[in-house]
Amino acid sequence: MKQIDWSSLVINESGKAVKKFMYVNRHAPHGTIYPLEGLEVVLIGAAFDQDVSMAFIGDGVFQLNKGQDTADSGMKNVALTYGALGDYEVTKLYVEQESLDERGLELNDLMNLTWEDEEENWAEKPSIQVVSRAQLSDLLEQQDVILNF
Amino acid sequence: MLHTVNKSPFDSHSLQTCLGLAKAGSDILLIEDAVYAAMSGTAVTSMVESAMSSSTIYALESDLRARGIGSEKMISGINLVGYDGFVELAVTNDKVQSWL
Repeated sequence: MKQIDWSSLVINESGKAVKKFMYVNRHAPHGTIYPLEGLEVVLIGAAFDQDVSMAFIGDGVFQLNKGQDTADSGMKNVALTYGALGDYEVTKLYVEQESLDERGLELNDLMNLTWEDEEENWAEKPSIQVVSRAQLSDLLEQQDVILNF
Repeated sequence: MLHTVNKSPFDSHSLQTCLGLAKAGSDILLIEDAVYAAMSGTAVTSMVESAMSSSTIYALESDLRARGIGSEKMISGINLVGYDGFVELAVTNDKVQSWL
């Protein structure tokens, strides 16, 4: 019988096991429904006190581009929702450096997303972390559950 | 002929295929996720710039704005059009090829 490794198990305040969930975003915003669907699932998942993070790879990095304004095109502006992630305790947004480079973008071109750290007197901290492809590969390996959008 | 492209050049080869087949003097209109091809300093900028020597490249303004691509982030020489300009291009060209 397969042995279960309990050593890495983390228990949350309500006595439930916490799993590491990563939501991987690889699509540009607006052109497809993937980013919107992904955000909805992230916000639902955030209500269950899990260890949640998001990764932005390839065209997914465009989701975080500053200054998106859909007023003229009559579409819902999904971009505004990213600003609320910090309030839902989604505070780890990993952006792949190589994907930014290919698209002529840098951290400055992305939205300024922050969260407030309760343990440090509500200090405001950046949510976006730019990581290398190799670092992201390690992060993927560390997850219990990976959901792709 | 008017060519319209709607896919991101980083995720699909449709722009590359279009540019390879478009005759000199064509009008090429970038819409939806293809407007990312209008950005300067990217991995596809040089491909778009070299196409500009033989064809006229347009990008749909509202799709650029939705994606946060301001004129400061764009290749200079790309023509901005609104929905009215899109219609104008469609009626002034004899044919429209949509690279879906």
